[in-house]
Amino acid sequence: MAEQYSTSENPIHRINAWLRSDAPDSIFQARCQRFYFNWLEFKSNPIALLGFLIILVLVLISIFAPWITGGDGLKQDLSQRLLPPSSKYWFGTDGFGRDIFDRIIWGSRITLFIVGLVGIIVVPIGMLIGTIAGYLGGWVDNVLMRFTDIFLAFPRLILALAFVSALGPGLGNAVLAIALTTWSPFARIARAETLTIRNAEHIMAAQVQGASTGRILLYHITPLCLSSMIVRLTLDMAGIILTAAGLGFLGLGAQPPLPEWGAMISAGRQFLVDQWWVATIPGIAILTVSMGFNLLGDGLRDVLDPRSGE
Amino acid sequence: MEKKTLLTVKNLHVSYDTPKGVVEAVRGVSFELGQERLGIVGESGSGKSQTGRAILRLTASRSRVRAECVEFDGIDLLHASESTMRGIRGNRISMIMQDPQYSLNPVMTVGEQIAEAYRIHSSAGRKKARQHTIEMLNTVRIREPEKVYHLYPHEVSGGMGQRIMIAMMLIPEPDLIIADEPTSALDVTVQLQVLALLDDMVRERGMGLIFISHDLQLVASFCDRVLVMYGGRVMEVLEAKNLENAQHAYTRGLLNCLPKLDGSHEILPVLKRDSSWLE
Amino acid sequence: MIKVDDLNVVFGTGASSVHALRGVSFHVGKGESFGLVGESGSGKTTVLRVIAGLNSHWSGTIEVDQIRLGEKREKSFRKRLQMVFQDPYGSLHPRHTVNDILKEPLIIHRFDKIEKRILQALDEVGLGAQFRFRYPHQLSGGQRQRIAIARALILEPSVVLLDEPTSALDVSVQAEVLNLLLGLREEHGLTYIMVSHDLAVVGHLCERIAVMNRGMIVEEMTDEQLRSNTTRHGYSQQLLVASKGFDREAIQKFMDFS
Repeated sequence: MAEQYSTSENPIHRINAWLRSDAPDSIFQARCQRFYFNWLEFKSNPIALLGFLIILVLVLISIFAPWITGGDGLKQDLSQRLLPPSSKYWFGTDGFGRDIFDRIIWGSRITLFIVGLVGIIVVPIGMLIGTIAGYLGGWVDNVLMRFTDIFLAFPRLILALAFVSALGPGLGNAVLAIALTTWSPFARIARAETLTIRNAEHIMAAQVQGASTGRILLYHITPLCLSSMIVRLTLDMAGIILTAAGLGFLGLGAQPPLPEWGAMISAGRQFLVDQWWVATIPGIAILTVSMGFNLLGDGLRDVLDPRSGE
Repeated sequence: MEKKTLLTVKNLHVSYDTPKGVVEAVRGVSFELGQERLGIVGESGSGKSQTGRAILRLTASRSRVRAECVEFDGIDLLHASESTMRGIRGNRISMIMQDPQYSLNPVMTVGEQIAEAYRIHSSAGRKKARQHTIEMLNTVRIREPEKVYHLYPHEVSGGMGQRIMIAMMLIPEPDLIIADEPTSALDVTVQLQVLALLDDMVRERGMGLIFISHDLQLVASFCDRVLVMYGGRVMEVLEAKNLENAQHAYTRGLLNCLPKLDGSHEILPVLKRDSSWLE
Repeated sequence: MIKVDDLNVVFGTGASSVHALRGVSFHVGKGESFGLVGESGSGKTTVLRVIAGLNSHWSGTIEVDQIRLGEKREKSFRKRLQMVFQDPYGSLHPRHTVNDILKEPLIIHRFDKIEKRILQALDEVGLGAQFRFRYPHQLSGGQRQRIAIARALILEPSVVLLDEPTSALDVSVQAEVLNLLLGLREEHGLTYIMVSHDLAVVGHLCERIAVMNRGMIVEEMTDEQLRSNTTRHGYSQQLLVASKGFDREAIQKFMDFS
């Protein structure tokens, strides 16, 4: 089978032909092809690409943090307090003489940790509740959706504050609190998607074949909801980061000396007038990453939204 | 019938870019249209709809349209300014689409929409537009036009929706109507009734009609001339009444593969496509 | 093989309820093809959906192979009766490859030799192994409908319900799919119930045809009667005239049968 791709000597041409072939030979090739064409479309949107690059850089920075920085961002040196940005300390130092550049780099890990964990908690919960409500309908739908509405009705930061003050401050609890306040729109979206998918003929075909309700939900409906959930999650990331930063700022999120960006702003507040960099640099980091996620989400929506046509 | 040429299309090409490369939807279509009913028939992908849209420059933004000449009543439609085109679309050339539910504004009553179409093109007053609209609804044989005037698009049936579309397209009294599968979503009997109506309008007002459809038999029984398209090219132009004597292998193949109402359960002859048709 | 007796379906309750089927009765013998023709809203698709178990609000009796059907269907029964849907674009899961689509029913019913069965099914509907890992959007309308037919047949059913299987296809592709359906029936001794708005298509495939209007069967006829143009009911007459193309005089005489 491989002969049909080997007409050209150039391996790049061969990979290209393999990706563009109309008759994939394996599941692997089929999946690669779909990914490739989505990527081509995504790539043609420069703003989305910018968002993607920002997030990519964030991920790389957090992976390579130990190599990028000299220390762990926690080392205090009171003789070097509140130094302005210089060639030695690119972003200056904070009130304890810690290198802000190092702390920003290490802080990216915390940001990714929060964002990732919230995503892992929120998407399955929202998907489960939303698809069950949408597919089964009737009283199940009513009960699940009223439950969702209760969570939807509270202002996010206030509810998170209540949770954290009940559970005690800390990074883990902050994540839990944010997740608890974030899942409800996901359930709503999953339900709305399910309602439109439910009457599709391919779902009827699965029913006629005798597929169980669980199987239809998991194998037939979930994959179709997934893309809008991912889009919503990326767009929500900015809000999650801001809520986390807000909790950090109020001292209810990550605890000192962890280099959480929100907590860093909070600590820099007292020096805002004279040593502007202490609070400003983490602020710029939060802004950049939030914007990156938003741009990425917009781009993903264009590529993944089933309504934009295949 | 008076032989005045209304529309001339010469060597029309439409192509558009996709991630997989350039697709040539229409490759060198030429025809002339007088005050007659011309049918454009083809299967999906034959470029029939793209041809209709290209005339009004309504093709998707990724597409490129080239032609030697697209001339409507002395106006060069290829190079006309966008404001000239706006004056022509709807006013002098109307287009009827397949699904009225998508072509009508869902938050406006159908009467208001027709009245608005009339006012844009005639600058008549509100009262006169309303009166004219009700007359028009009457002409397209809608019972109780006063009542239908106040209905929203989702409240009317498919057949009535298509009549309303026709009323809306006819009210500016265009010279040419392009109907792209106008009745394919309707039941056969309703479909024929709507076509009969369109037929009357075209005859009475001396308009030209381009009727785009996949249904060879329907087009042949309805139009004066039939243009058979395949793969973006014109295979054959026929007088509709001579359809049975079609020469081209493609037209013959299409005719043969239709199931007949003779109750036989024989294997149908399958259309064999010939790559030389596209050369 | 199939007996439907006094089938009634009412959608909704109270003042807004719609009586979709009113006392529909018919029977289909083994290996026979039975056609249901009607315009939209005639209830023809509802009949199929009730038989397939997609609609649970009905009354009357349905027997398939001497088994009386209730509202819930046994999994083992599902294998015997499969359905092909109208819209080849909507009836295949957009994120599943052909392989996934054909594997699914085999897994549900715990079949063995999955790989062999998939290849054989593809072969039977005239598609080769090279189609196995494509997504539906990489297939043409006719190819999709072939996959849908393969999916229905892979469970080796004895009854196949066909819901307008060719109405979304080009006429040349329609001919190919009709030929395929005729061949498969012969080969596997299948029983078909086919729903369509197109008299010619139904007349081509089916020996007996029932004309439906407003939830009722107004006339049942044989292919012989259709051929010789000896339909009795005015509504079937009108459908027959309409399917022959545009005829100004005939249209003038159309009536509203309600």
